[in-house]
Amino acid sequence: MSWKSIKTVGRQAGAIAVATAALVTAYASPALAADFSGKRVELIMPFQEGGGTDTWGRFWVPHLSKHLPGNPSVVVRNIPGGGSTTGANQFEARARPDGLTLLGTSASTHFPYLLNDRRVRFEAKDWEVILGSPTGGVVFVRPELGVQSAADMGKLRGQSLKYGSQGATSLDLVPLLAFDIMGLNVDAVFGMQGRGAGRLAFERGEVNIDYQTSSAYINNVKPLIEANQAVPLFSWGMLDSNGNIVRDPSFPDLPSFPEAYEMAFGEKPSGPAWEAYKSFFIAGFPAQKMLVLPKGTPSEIVEAYRAAATAAINDPAFQENREAALGEYEQVVGKPAEVMMEQAFSVSEESRNWVRNWLTEKYSVQF
Amino acid sequence: MLDAMLSGLSQLAQIQHLMYLAIGVGLGLIVGILPGLGGIVGLSLLLPFIYGMDQISALAMLIGLVAVIPTSDTFTSVLMGIPGSSASQATVLDGFPLAKKGQAARALAAAFSASLLGGLVGAAVLTGFVLIARPVILAFGSAELFMLSILGLSMVGVLAGHSLPKGIAAAGLGLLLGGLGAAPATGELRMSLDSVYLMDGIPLVIVGLGVFAFPEIIDLCRQNRSIAEAGKLGSGWLTGIRDMIRYRWLCLRCAGLGSLVGTIPGLGGAVVDWIAYGHVVQSSKDKSQFGKGDIRGVLAPESANNAKEGGGLVPTLLFGIPGSGGMAVFLGGMVLVGLETGPAMIGRNLDITYAIIWSLAIANVLGAGASLLISPAVARLTTIPYGYLAPFMVMVICFAAFQATRSLGDLLALLVIGILGVLMKRFGWSRPAFLIGFVLAANAETYLYQAVQFYGFEFLLRPGVLIILAITVLSVWLGSRRRPENPVENAEEEGSRAKNLMPQIAFTGLIFLIAAFGFWDSLQHTFLGSVFTGSISAVIMAVSALLLWKFLSGKHSDPANYDHEVEAGLRDDPTVVSLSHYVLWIAGLVAGTALVGFFISVVVFFLFFLRLKAGASWLRAVLLTAAAISGLLLLAHTLVLDLPGGLLQDALRLPWPLG
Repeated sequence: MSWKSIKTVGRQAGAIAVATAALVTAYASPALAADFSGKRVELIMPFQEGGGTDTWGRFWVPHLSKHLPGNPSVVVRNIPGGGSTTGANQFEARARPDGLTLLGTSASTHFPYLLNDRRVRFEAKDWEVILGSPTGGVVFVRPELGVQSAADMGKLRGQSLKYGSQGATSLDLVPLLAFDIMGLNVDAVFGMQGRGAGRLAFERGEVNIDYQTSSAYINNVKPLIEANQAVPLFSWGMLDSNGNIVRDPSFPDLPSFPEAYEMAFGEKPSGPAWEAYKSFFIAGFPAQKMLVLPKGTPSEIVEAYRAAATAAINDPAFQENREAALGEYEQVVGKPAEVMMEQAFSVSEESRNWVRNWLTEKYSVQF
Repeated sequence: MLDAMLSGLSQLAQIQHLMYLAIGVGLGLIVGILPGLGGIVGLSLLLPFIYGMDQISALAMLIGLVAVIPTSDTFTSVLMGIPGSSASQATVLDGFPLAKKGQAARALAAAFSASLLGGLVGAAVLTGFVLIARPVILAFGSAELFMLSILGLSMVGVLAGHSLPKGIAAAGLGLLLGGLGAAPATGELRMSLDSVYLMDGIPLVIVGLGVFAFPEIIDLCRQNRSIAEAGKLGSGWLTGIRDMIRYRWLCLRCAGLGSLVGTIPGLGGAVVDWIAYGHVVQSSKDKSQFGKGDIRGVLAPESANNAKEGGGLVPTLLFGIPGSGGMAVFLGGMVLVGLETGPAMIGRNLDITYAIIWSLAIANVLGAGASLLISPAVARLTTIPYGYLAPFMVMVICFAAFQATRSLGDLLALLVIGILGVLMKRFGWSRPAFLIGFVLAANAETYLYQAVQFYGFEFLLRPGVLIILAITVLSVWLGSRRRPENPVENAEEEGSRAKNLMPQIAFTGLIFLIAAFGFWDSLQHTFLGSVFTGSISAVIMAVSALLLWKFLSGKHSDPANYDHEVEAGLRDDPTVVSLSHYVLWIAGLVAGTALVGFFISVVVFFLFFLRLKAGASWLRAVLLTAAAISGLLLLAHTLVLDLPGGLLQDALRLPWPLG
């Protein structure tokens, strides 16, 4: 028997044990509910210290500690590398389903999973989601292009557009796909160190089309719009409770991407490119960051975490500073988060292959 | 604006804020003294505590820490030749020779007073500059940033040592190593041998420790005496401060340079100290003592690197773009206390910006003062027999190395780069040139590609590019002026000529093969993914072929012929063990880590090193080991850091700290 299969059997045995335990506790009295007194909970952060997802995780840490039963100390363990696959792989291999190890994910974790990247050694679908933090984003262009709003986007077609990107398989996959679906002739210039660098290139006039996530847009791009140095076109949109892409509540005056498409082409977007886009969009924006527990975590532990998250969200101390760290959107906890995760991680084989081919043909990405 | 200044000042002047500032400074001193642990480590230690603090107190605490690290990291740079952080790499070049001469106190006093001046000048410059910084930063596009990388690379000319071809090859090797991993233009994985570790490229901290710290540790172990050659410290406190006053204009220039270069996002603070060092060498008439203990070589980088931190705040506050890893964590801290960066920082939040800038100035005064006070005590380390110090140093650089990605790969990379550093030191291949190449590789490649995409090759005609080009030409010309003949030095050089050229031929051949591999690898990729590494490889191959030809045709008198083993008389000294001896000790530690994990290996390493090499009694060895390991575990626990595991940990789930 190879080592791997021993491990698998071990894990299966563990899973059975856990399932049994869950069954037993389900029938037991509520006195047996999860209690973390005196424990140390570790949030595995597959990124370097600093940066968006790390800050997001660190924002949650004290609130979880305050609202979890027994007030455990919660600490962040940064395991950077491999575009966040290293940390996620370690979480998958080592975390026990005892509620003492969590993982913070972001689109950089979701995309390699959806693309079947060979570095991925985890099954994201099996994770138990505690909460999801959505974000949105807005696309804008330089005023020299002669466009006033999404209504006259037709003028953009045929013009040579440049976009500063971090890489075709990063979160930028979503805008690049969107531009392609829109029929825009966009040259991606790679090597940008983050969205901020792309925005700087936009302000310098080196690129003429860009997008920023919601809070960066509000803080840094709105002043440009007021100074007539940028023209907003559309937002990516947000998911409603039925899983439809609708207007982003943070930007009620801007059409969503599907609306902008309809304005340009007179019909709703459809086809394989659109189906593929939708999966990656959900995994990249409405479900951009998630807090998850390992596979097979007993339901009372999962519920304890969800209850703590809900209690935290209703805590005035949480509301005070949340905007800087979490953005403008309502945090998604419990069942709705499960639905969102299901949508984010269930890409069809067809869509997956379509995107992989598209990446290889257009950006010579080797898988 | 005046209102904002006053309001910022009055907020800061509250005793509570000053107290938090002092806490930050205190932690910064400790973290800075431990080599390799820079702002990232210190800031992440503080982050958990800022929850619930008021904004100004939290920021004052974080700033106190950021400001003081480039001051306190000077201790190890000067005393042990180990760059305390990437900001202090250039300080090693002259600071450490001064310590060896027994002038540690003078060098430290000069460094701290220069740091103080740099920090204050930086804050003063920022007070005005922050208001006009937006258009200035926007004027530096990809084309200008590319030219700035070239300006940085031109410093190789003055840092190349005796033989320019070797300097060029060393810089090329650095560029090639910097090109390892994903290509900026296409994301293709270059030279990564299918290893997930190599795909991300090698972290700077590991390269810095490998090329500077590792060879010094090996050398000091072999000579097995104290760092200060006479075993004495010498006085020189006041001399050091007088040195700073004597060269005040140099310090002011470098401070101004530091704060402006630090302002430009994307160039990276890591080159500021080298630019300052290059500047002082170029602008000095007598260059003969640089690298051998010229106090100006300490003053220039130290006044620049403190000013740089202030400069680095500008893009962080105004654009939300952190210039360094430390600034990224600082930005995270700002977000956690509910502050969002952007144009508002010079509008509605201008008072907070001023509070931050002046916290920086106060922190510099506190930090430099405290460092000056403790320096006589810390400088005593250089009088301890190195056999006792060595295992601590090895443990500390390993710990610093695996801060990078927390994996065994970090230790392996440290070992490999360290061996390369040992050989480069032995054969006189410029390690500063190598490091500059490495630091600037990604910038040079990315910005060249972006500039051509944005402007075509006409980017070369942009006014900003032409100005920087003119500065580059001027600086190369200044650096290449013939230095006055120095008969003593010439005699020294003759002494370093080896009779047996075989070792140098083998090393140069190895460099040729590495470049050949780089060239072969570049053939596997698309044009955009391969043009950079391919061209660099071709240059290294050509230059190393030239060197090989010189050696093979027996040109013993060529300046390229250099062998430290011969120069220092180590080869013929029966009391000195071979070069490979201590390299094998460290290799043993890494191999042990791969098998049974770092914790067990380092305990065994400590016990046996102290017993066999330092000649300690078993009792003493056990006590020292226990002390060192408890320190290590305490740090690992607070940082929530797993020590790297080996095969044993893969097979068994062991309790912390074993697993």
